[in-house]
Amino acid sequence: MTVMTVNNVPCEINVSLAGHTLEAAIVGDWVLEAEIPSLDVVLERLGDRSNVKRLVFSTEALGHWDSLLMTELIRLVDYGVKQGIEVDTTTLPEGIQGLLSLVYAVPERVGARRHETKMPWFEVIGNGGIRIFKDSQALVAFIGETALSVFALTRGKARFRWVDLWTNIQDCGPSALPIVTLISLLVGLILAFVGAVQLALFGAQIYIADLVGLGMTREMGGLMAAIIMSGRTGASYAAQLGTMQVNSEIDALKTMGFDPMEFLVLPRILALVLIMPLLCLYADLMGIIGGALVTVSFFDVSLVEYLNRTASAVHITDFSIGVAKCAVFGVLIALSGCMRGMQCGRSASAVGDAATSAVVTGIIFIVIADSLMTVMCNRLGI
Amino acid sequence: MTTVCLTIKNMTMAYGDFVIQKDLDFTVNRGDIFIIMGGSGCGKSTLLMHLIGLQNPAKGDVFYGEESLWQADNKARQRILKRTGVLFQTGALLSSMTLAENIALPISEHTLLGAQRIRELVSYKLALVGLAGFEDYYPSEISGGMQKRAGLARAMALDPEILFVDEPSAGLDPVSAKLLDDLIRSLRDNLETTVVMVTHELASIFAIGTNSVFLDPETKTMIASGPPKQLLAESSDLKVIQFLTRGETENWAANVTKNQEACSL
Repeated sequence: MTVMTVNNVPCEINVSLAGHTLEAAIVGDWVLEAEIPSLDVVLERLGDRSNVKRLVFSTEALGHWDSLLMTELIRLVDYGVKQGIEVDTTTLPEGIQGLLSLVYAVPERVGARRHETKMPWFEVIGNGGIRIFKDSQALVAFIGETALSVFALTRGKARFRWVDLWTNIQDCGPSALPIVTLISLLVGLILAFVGAVQLALFGAQIYIADLVGLGMTREMGGLMAAIIMSGRTGASYAAQLGTMQVNSEIDALKTMGFDPMEFLVLPRILALVLIMPLLCLYADLMGIIGGALVTVSFFDVSLVEYLNRTASAVHITDFSIGVAKCAVFGVLIALSGCMRGMQCGRSASAVGDAATSAVVTGIIFIVIADSLMTVMCNRLGI
Repeated sequence: MTTVCLTIKNMTMAYGDFVIQKDLDFTVNRGDIFIIMGGSGCGKSTLLMHLIGLQNPAKGDVFYGEESLWQADNKARQRILKRTGVLFQTGALLSSMTLAENIALPISEHTLLGAQRIRELVSYKLALVGLAGFEDYYPSEISGGMQKRAGLARAMALDPEILFVDEPSAGLDPVSAKLLDDLIRSLRDNLETTVVMVTHELASIFAIGTNSVFLDPETKTMIASGPPKQLLAESSDLKVIQFLTRGETENWAANVTKNQEACSL
C-alpha cells in the first residue's frame, strides 16, 4: 500500500454463487488511473433476488486501492441494501471498512438533495415578468430614496463627508481624462473620414467641419463620454458599494445611525453629475481637434478655414444640448451603479454581477434617454 | 439588584415564508454577558440583526427597557439604537478610512465635540483595545485580530449601554480569541456595559458568559436558557448537552457501529 507501482495489475471483479451467497472477488489494483471493469454483471446477479440473499467480498488478490474502489463498493452496497440483500462487509480490509462506516455514519438528510426541476415555459415567462416588475419597483424605490437624500442635502441636513465628494470627483474627473481624450479624438477622426468620403465627391470638404462640429457637440461627445464613464465609474461604484455590502460595512454604517443613501450614494451621484458636463465639453473639443487633424492633413483645408467654419456652424445651443444630455447621463450612470451596488448579494461573485449589471443597466438607460432627448429636440426644433 | 435591559417578546424571524426561529422569549439583564448560542445555521446572527434594527421581525418585538424597537418610528428607533454599539463578525471597518476616521465617525455624528477633543477620544479608545499608535493605519494594513479590536473600539466609541458582538473569535487563533474575550469582559466590568454576544465558541461561552439562550435549528426555537455552566450541569436536553460538550457524551464510535450494522443488514 505504500509505494505506487507504475505498472498496475489490471483490476477485475469476479462473482461466484455458492448457495444463496454471492461472492465478489476483487482482484488487482483499483486505483483512479486504472481501467475499471463494468459492474453490470455483479449488479445483474444481485438483481436476481430469488437466488441471492447475501453478498460477501473476498479481497485476497486485491492490490492497491483508492477512492475508485470506494465509489464502486458504495454502488454495490447501496444497490444490495435497496434489493434487500444482506451485504457483509466484514471481510473487506480494515481501512475500507472504516471508510464505509464513515460514509454511512451520517445518513443522507431527507430533502437535502437538490433536484433540477424543469419549469414549463409558461412559468419561465411568468417568472421573468415578475422579476422585471420587482426590478422596476426597486428602481423606483431607489430613485425615491435618492430624491429624498437630495432633498435633505438642499435643506443642509444630508450627512456625508465632503472629503468623499472630493475623492469621487478626482476619481471620475481628472483620472478619466486620458481615456476620454483618446476615444473622443478617434471618434472625431472617424466622423471626419466618414463624412469626407462623400463630401469630397462634390469638392465640399470644408463641410467636414460642420459634420464633425455638430456631430460631436450635439451627440457623440456626450454619448461617448457617458459610455466610457458607465464602464469606468458606474462599474466602480457598483463594485465599491457591493464590497462594502459583503464586508457588512453598510450594516455597520446603519447601526451607527448613518443613512447609506446620504453617506455613500449622494456624494457619488453628486460627483458624477458635476463632472459629466465638463467631461462632455472636453470630449467635444477633442473630437473637433480629431476632425481638424484629418481635414487639414488629407483634404486640403487650412486649419484657420476649418476653425472658422466650425465656429460659424456650431452654436451655443448645440453645446448646451450636448452638455444638458450629458448631465442627465451622469445621473443615470450614478443611479444604476449605486443601485446595483446597494442591491448586491453577499458573495464575491455577486460583486462581479453587480458591476456587470451596473454597466449594462447604465448603457441601456443612456441609449434610451439619448433617443428620447434627440427626438424631443427634433420635435421642438432646437 | 437586576434591571431588565433588553426583552425579546414572542418573536418570530422569517425570510418570506421560510421561518428561521419562532416563539423567542427572553430577557437580558443589565451587566450580563449574554450569550446567544446554537449550531451553525440556527439563526444566531439573524437574531442579532433583529436586535440591532437591521431586519424587522415577522412577529413579536424587541424592547429596550420599556421602549419597543419595532413599534417606534424611525427617529425613535435611531435614538434607541444610539445607545448600542455593534462589533460585526469581520469588524466591518470602513475600508476607505483610517482607524481614527472610523472611530471618529460615530462620535462626530452624534456629538458636537471639536476636532481636537475627538482626536483625543479616538486615541483613548484605541489605547483601550491595545492599538495605541495605530490611528493612521487603514484596516487592510492590520491583522484580522487587530481589525476586530479596532471594530470593538468603534463599537465602544459612544460608551454604549449595550454592546452587541457577533462571533468575536471567528477566524482568530485561540490566544487572540482569549485576549478579545478578556477585553470584552474587562470593558463590561469597568464601563458597566451589557454585552450580547453571538458565538458557538465553547471556551468563550464558559469563560465569560453569565446568561445564555440556546437556539435549535430543527425545532426552530429556543430550547434552553440560563447561565451556561448551569445549563451544562442541569440541562436534560440531549442537544444542549451535546453542544456544550462538543458531542463527546454521546458515543460517536457507538453511533458509527450502529450505522455500520444498519448497512450490513
